[in-house]
Amino acid sequence: MAVKSYNAGVKEYRETYWMPDYTPKDTDILACFKVTPQPGVPREEVAAAVAAESSTGTWTTVWTDLLTDLDYYKGRAYAIEDVPGDDTCFYAFVAYPIDLFEEGSVVNVMTSLVGNVFGFKALRALRLEDIRFPIAYVMTCNGPPQGIQVERDMLNKYGRPLLGCTIKPKLGLSAKNYGRACYEGLRGGLDFTKDDENVNSQPFMRWRHRFDFVMEAIHKAEAETGERKGHYLNVTAPTSDEMMRRAEYAKEIGAPIIMHDYITGGWSANTQLAQWCQNNGMLLHIHRAMHAVLDRNPHHGIHFRVLTKILRLSGGDHLHSGTVVGKLEGDRDATLGWIDIMRDSYVKEDRSRGIFFDQDWGAMPGVLPVASGGIHVWHMPALVNIFGDDSVLQFGGGTLGHPWGNAAGAAANRVAVEACVEARNEGRELEKEGKDILTKAANNSPELKAAMETWKEIKFEFDTVDKLDVKHK
Amino acid sequence: MSGMQDYQSSLSDTASRKFETFSYLPSMSDDQIRKQIEFIVSKGWNPSVEHTEPENSTGSYWYMWKLPMFGETDVDAILAECAACHKAHPNNHVRLLGLDNFAQCAGAAMVIYRGKAV
Repeated sequence: MAVKSYNAGVKEYRETYWMPDYTPKDTDILACFKVTPQPGVPREEVAAAVAAESSTGTWTTVWTDLLTDLDYYKGRAYAIEDVPGDDTCFYAFVAYPIDLFEEGSVVNVMTSLVGNVFGFKALRALRLEDIRFPIAYVMTCNGPPQGIQVERDMLNKYGRPLLGCTIKPKLGLSAKNYGRACYEGLRGGLDFTKDDENVNSQPFMRWRHRFDFVMEAIHKAEAETGERKGHYLNVTAPTSDEMMRRAEYAKEIGAPIIMHDYITGGWSANTQLAQWCQNNGMLLHIHRAMHAVLDRNPHHGIHFRVLTKILRLSGGDHLHSGTVVGKLEGDRDATLGWIDIMRDSYVKEDRSRGIFFDQDWGAMPGVLPVASGGIHVWHMPALVNIFGDDSVLQFGGGTLGHPWGNAAGAAANRVAVEACVEARNEGRELEKEGKDILTKAANNSPELKAAMETWKEIKFEFDTVDKLDVKHK
Repeated sequence: MSGMQDYQSSLSDTASRKFETFSYLPSMSDDQIRKQIEFIVSKGWNPSVEHTEPENSTGSYWYMWKLPMFGETDVDAILAECAACHKAHPNNHVRLLGLDNFAQCAGAAMVIYRGKAV
């Protein structure tokens, strides 16, 4: 056994934490950081500093280091790569032994990986691009409460994307008026309506009144259409005790699905709620308010594909993914990448989609991506083509903004999605023949025809701020 | 308001009852049914035929018409079973499913013959 002696003082990080010959173990948690160093600091030293500060290291040597086997517990910077098309930064790959993290705790993993290190002075900026969770760690997490197949069986919906609508205005409606907006959408053919993220329990509409009126809307729409319906009752609350109280009441009145904001509400609360949903047969819809604060800057923060993995581990049956075609940010290839991360049981490394590691999810159920924000019937062919059947397509303004009201808006979207799925199954190319498919379907649906006339000219053609890293052309 | 149409749907009007995928489109022609069968076969799913009285259509379990056609890829043979079920139960909804045994979930499910609304 090698004997070490204690020498006080500051050591260069790379002596301990830069290990270019290290071969990562199958059980290691791997991370890829995009590092923008301060000028003049060598890459290896910065990469090693990131590994140190996100694992066992501190700025100076301490005598208690010698009471343990730090060489076993330390994070290891094992590779450095150029960032295509950007000389100001580089990728650093770090391997962490699995023992560094509490089982089943995304809270603990992220406290290490995106903790103090992000304020580290030697860095100008730092972004966590991707994490490989070993299957050994995945197995310790609870994951989505029900998963995609179970949701389909619970709701009796097969062979098509599900349809939703966020109720607007976001704030200010009374509970009874709010329930009316839900009822109209559901009777027109939607599968779900949705609380907006900032609808919690304000003075104009307390949560309990909302839950009661919305359930009446669901029951009547189900009786009228003969189809199963739901509304994402937002249980996000100031404390997790209060969150659980609202969840319990939603179950008591027979709601099939509830909703949580997993970033503002916190991962600890989210994991608790997801486990409760699993034990109580409830579906869990997840909103992602605050994500763009973390994931939009290409040089600093946490990439959304990491936040996606965090959610799948913490638990949720739906997660907002961006639409590619609507009003909100979202590069197409990158979005396809994190949609795979939500749904598939094994995702291969694919740099063209921004995926840095193979990720094995084992038997953990998948999450339905939710496309929501600035979309309407004219987007339907592209949405069905991009997202496929295992998704929720959510039209807020695109339902409620219909000139004849919510029921007509809902029916227009339902006819459009069914026409697109039927055409796709017949082997037609949706994005090429979309106009023809919708126009033909509108012959039998005055609601769709009116919707197509209303939204004909609306397009969103701003460039994406956060693009995948590719070479300059 | 003159161009605005009322949305026709009510508890008392049984024509308001829907039955999931494709029930918001006109009922299918034989040619359209054939194309959907071809799709199910191309996916490698197992075709299965079920039927029910329209008033009982909201439950998870409909009556199976024989057993699912495991491994059947002959579109005409599948079409013939659909037609036979419809002939035996002319007032019932008849639905065609594509059972994906890997996902253990129906990949497709659609009513291909519509029963009499009651």
